Amino acid sequence: MSTEASTTPATLHGCLLGDSRGQAVLFVPKPAYMATMKKLVDDGFEMCVDLTAVDFLTHASRTLPDGVAPERFEVVVNLLSLSKRERLRVRVQVSESDPSIESLFDLYPGTEAMEREAFDMFGISFAGHPDLTRILMPEDWQGHPLRKDYAQGRIPVQFKGAAS
Amino acid sequence: MTPRESDTIISAAAGTNEGNQELRSRSELTAKEVMREVGAVLRMSEADAALLAEVEADPGEDQTMIINMGPQHPSTHGVLRLMLELKGETVLRCKPIIGYLHTGMEKTGESLTFMQGGTNVTRMDYLSPLNNELVFSMATEKLLGIDGDIPERAVWIRMLLSELNRMSSHLLFMASNGMDIGAVSMMLYGWREREVVLRFFQKVTGLRMNHNFIRPGGVAADLPADWRDDVMSILDMLPDRLGEYDVLMTNQPIWRERLQGVGVITQAEAIALGATGPILRSTGLAWDLRRDMPYMHYDELEFDVIVGSYGDAFDRYAIRLNEIRESMRIVRQILDRVPSGDYRIQDKKVTPPPRARIDESMEALIHHFKIFTEGFKVPEGEVYVAIESPRGEIGCYIASDGSPTPYRMHVRAPSFVNVQALPHMMRGGLVADAVAVISSIDPVLGEVDR
Amino acid sequence: MGVVRNVLDDGLEGIDHNFLTGRIEDLVKWSRSRSSWGATFGLACCAIEMMGTGAPHYDLARFGMEVFRASPRQADIMIVAGRVSQKMAPVLRQVYDQMMEPKWVISMGVCASSGGMFNNYAIVQGVDQVVPVDVYAPGCPPTPETLIHAIETLHQLIEDGEIMRRRATSGAGANVHIQEVPAGITTPVILGSR
Repeated sequence: MSTEASTTPATLHGCLLGDSRGQAVLFVPKPAYMATMKKLVDDGFEMCVDLTAVDFLTHASRTLPDGVAPERFEVVVNLLSLSKRERLRVRVQVSESDPSIESLFDLYPGTEAMEREAFDMFGISFAGHPDLTRILMPEDWQGHPLRKDYAQGRIPVQFKGAAS
Repeated sequence: MTPRESDTIISAAAGTNEGNQELRSRSELTAKEVMREVGAVLRMSEADAALLAEVEADPGEDQTMIINMGPQHPSTHGVLRLMLELKGETVLRCKPIIGYLHTGMEKTGESLTFMQGGTNVTRMDYLSPLNNELVFSMATEKLLGIDGDIPERAVWIRMLLSELNRMSSHLLFMASNGMDIGAVSMMLYGWREREVVLRFFQKVTGLRMNHNFIRPGGVAADLPADWRDDVMSILDMLPDRLGEYDVLMTNQPIWRERLQGVGVITQAEAIALGATGPILRSTGLAWDLRRDMPYMHYDELEFDVIVGSYGDAFDRYAIRLNEIRESMRIVRQILDRVPSGDYRIQDKKVTPPPRARIDESMEALIHHFKIFTEGFKVPEGEVYVAIESPRGEIGCYIASDGSPTPYRMHVRAPSFVNVQALPHMMRGGLVADAVAVISSIDPVLGEVDR
Repeated sequence: MGVVRNVLDDGLEGIDHNFLTGRIEDLVKWSRSRSSWGATFGLACCAIEMMGTGAPHYDLARFGMEVFRASPRQADIMIVAGRVSQKMAPVLRQVYDQMMEPKWVISMGVCASSGGMFNNYAIVQGVDQVVPVDVYAPGCPPTPETLIHAIETLHQLIEDGEIMRRRATSGAGANVHIQEVPAGITTPVILGSR
């Protein structure tokens, strides 16, 4: 890992390495995703702790380091190195026009359920996933609930007066 | 009639057919999918995997039977649905189908302020609610930048409650594990012990469960004056009772027969699947976030990390039993170390004023009003904070956009990832052991489905 | 009852008559209310409190309910304990349909009664949209005392025959709302002066 002076941004395996409240965040462009993840496995990040997604539809103006083009979706992967006791977060921008990304199942079989959840809740498809079906919603459900253009589904409630 | 057809006929009327989420018969699956469900994917070398394409469907398919367990079932620890493919009594494949308790908590979390978020998050893992609140509060505090300024008393109170919650959760594990194996009296004993801890929680937090007590900035209220006596009475009562459980279960031949060698998982499998907590520790790896990536003041306390050797259900049972003892040891150390002081940070932005001051000061009134209606704004950013819950690593990922509500709130639930280990553990075992395996993973469906 | 006092005082000689008359209907209602078996339908946090109510400190066995039958065919009362999601609703209905008459439903907790704090796409806003409910027990989760109050209210309705009357008139559940019973300890939580 190179930590240069403030003029040159830090990089790891060719991707921009940022810092979020003291936590290391790696911004990986989608074409370099699989190759970078393989290198991170070799670096000692044995466990993929969490894989999720964020829909930035209503917050497109978020701060990203220079050189990272914002897209609607972001796939966020949290990795843990048991041997080095370190964590690393990987953020990949996924566009709305092509909401798909490679699956990490072959590297980390534990991402099977996590990727299914991201597919179910956001509609992001994971190429190479052995069983990409909905996991939390019923099979015939329409829509992807955690997207920002999907309403919460509140029904109006009329509160009657408290009982005496 | 093929299993799929009969399944459709019976369940079509009630709409319980979940289509592609269910276990499909072998003829419909590719070889890679079969091997994934069988659980052998992890143990294969690349050369073997290359041969998969040539594996044809098992010729004995007409002798296998797909049965459905759950979602309403006495032993599935909630609404977990399992589809098992059996050949006689042997389980060949197993597929868990979840989502029966999906509550949309992550979506709800986006419309609740950071102060209200605890009420939502606490209901995910309802057996250790204080741990959920703790991880959410820690993530919020990290985003706010106040994670280093939480008063000492608040931190120690959090640790005390977190360890007591670990004890009550593991006691419930002992109770339900016992009942699932058949030792029904254990169910009653475990609940009897747990009740004492719950009454202490009620005295401190006001509620027996789903407390919403650990909030960003500290805790919601101070400990009552006689808390030390209550904790001491719990600590005095438990060791003998745990000794009774050792006699009733641990050293008993039937218990050992039922649990040893059942649900074996190797260390490589556990790491590959992301399993943490007692499952990972039962394979021999001493990974406990309280020891290896300490948070709060766990690095100042002495306690052991319990590790198993065989990765089977008996190891997981023994680990949890001894973790109760270790938690008692930690609580004993905490008893002496809780300092006096504030129980929440005095930062006006985050903490509402005390109730008495609202009558006296206009600012306090406005301030209280703003915090409880609009909420406090959290600067933009994203964090992931993880702690050790009784089930493994629970993490909270919050992405904030500068508004009073989280933009995205995601909880990495340990049971959601641990349930993926079920097919691997069950394969080749008897269907009668399926219940023992599920019980040894100790899943909580509230956090699996969120 | 005088008969009981006589037996306590004089043993078997205290019984001066050996016929008791009553209506079969009363006997049937009494036995139905005193040995109703619950169907296991614990879903979420309320299930934990329901199990706690069956546990030694609160003990549902004294009300005849310690046995929770897994098979709905053998159950009388379905205590819907927890939040019912969209995926679970057809399962709930299927289990309810499999129960044999007479059957009753207690909706335990606010999530089962009205959707609770989860007013969103995923939770059915009240199980009375799926099954007819006889008693609603509020609380999040209801304390064991509240659940016992709900069960005893239901037992009283069964014993009076009230519940069958309401069923016959409306065709739906008895629709009884009970008050939440706060848990035993009354030490106030210290909200602080600092």
